[in-house]
Amino acid sequence: MLVSVYRYNPEIDDAPYMQDIHIDIPGGKDIMVLDLLQLLKDKDPTLGYRRSCREGVCGSDGMNMNGLNGLACITPLSEVVENDNLVLRPLPGLPVIRDLVVDMSQFYKQYEKIKPFLINDTPPPAIERLQSPEERAELDGLYECILCACCSTACPSFWWNPDKFIGPSGLLQAYRFLADSRDTATTERLADLDDPFSVFRCHGIMNCVNVCPKGLNPTKAIGKIRNMLISQAT
Amino acid sequence: MVTSITSFGRSGLYDWMIQRVTAVVLLAFTVFMIGYMLFSPDLDYQQWKELFECTSMRIFTLMALLSMAAHAWIGMWSISTDYIKPTGFRFLFQSACGLLTFIYVVWGIQILWGV
Repeated sequence: MLVSVYRYNPEIDDAPYMQDIHIDIPGGKDIMVLDLLQLLKDKDPTLGYRRSCREGVCGSDGMNMNGLNGLACITPLSEVVENDNLVLRPLPGLPVIRDLVVDMSQFYKQYEKIKPFLINDTPPPAIERLQSPEERAELDGLYECILCACCSTACPSFWWNPDKFIGPSGLLQAYRFLADSRDTATTERLADLDDPFSVFRCHGIMNCVNVCPKGLNPTKAIGKIRNMLISQAT
Repeated sequence: MVTSITSFGRSGLYDWMIQRVTAVVLLAFTVFMIGYMLFSPDLDYQQWKELFECTSMRIFTLMALLSMAAHAWIGMWSISTDYIKPTGFRFLFQSACGLLTFIYVVWGIQILWGV
């Protein structure tokens, strides 16, 4: 098969370019894209990409495969390869450090903005803050986010305003803390989100839902944040 | 919290609500106008003039005109902040949109009460 990989090493290249590599998959097996990257790296050790757990838990190997963001380690070739062709690019919209490695600072800055930790100013109980099973169930579909940035880098609103729009990933996490029965900073959290950019740049095109490798639904969470903003307004 | 001084109401929630309310007004006006034209096959100038001489129609039309102005401003502002990054150009574009909207509103009122 023919693999076309985005290559850029700022120390030696003037501009990024696409490198075409012909490769035979051993035994014709349906391997994961990450395994294919390892085969490519065996051929050309200068190829750079991030990887760690290789089982869709760490969120390191988010990349654009034939136009669709996803985690290379849990994406089988059969899912993305078309006509024996595969184009691998870094996550769109973020600055490229080298080859498939992007600078995630902007993404993390947005995550930091939503205060991704429990805020509770009441005296801590002796053992722990309890939740009913129903209250705990509110966090399902929110806490599973691994911050791989596949969703935010698939979102045009995040591409145009990565410094102002929190992005689907950050907003999913924002709702994770708004929905937590143990958090007491709901009003302050909502006040921080009520500007024309942070939440309202989402136009609900659902690219985030389309690409999330964990099957989460940021658009739904953003809708719930909007509903909370509406219900607390007069 | 992102501070913004050129958006319609400076609150994202307010802009969002105005965008939806004005959309409903514009939809109602559009449906009414299409319906009116469909049910008046031999529409002539006299009938058209009488329609717009009616106070309720003037209120409805002015409401649609103001809704269009607010709706367009929020939409164009949104587009300009997405695609025009140099502040000077963006300000120029937004000024042109604001001026055009203002002209349309005044001109619209003049037409409406000039019938």
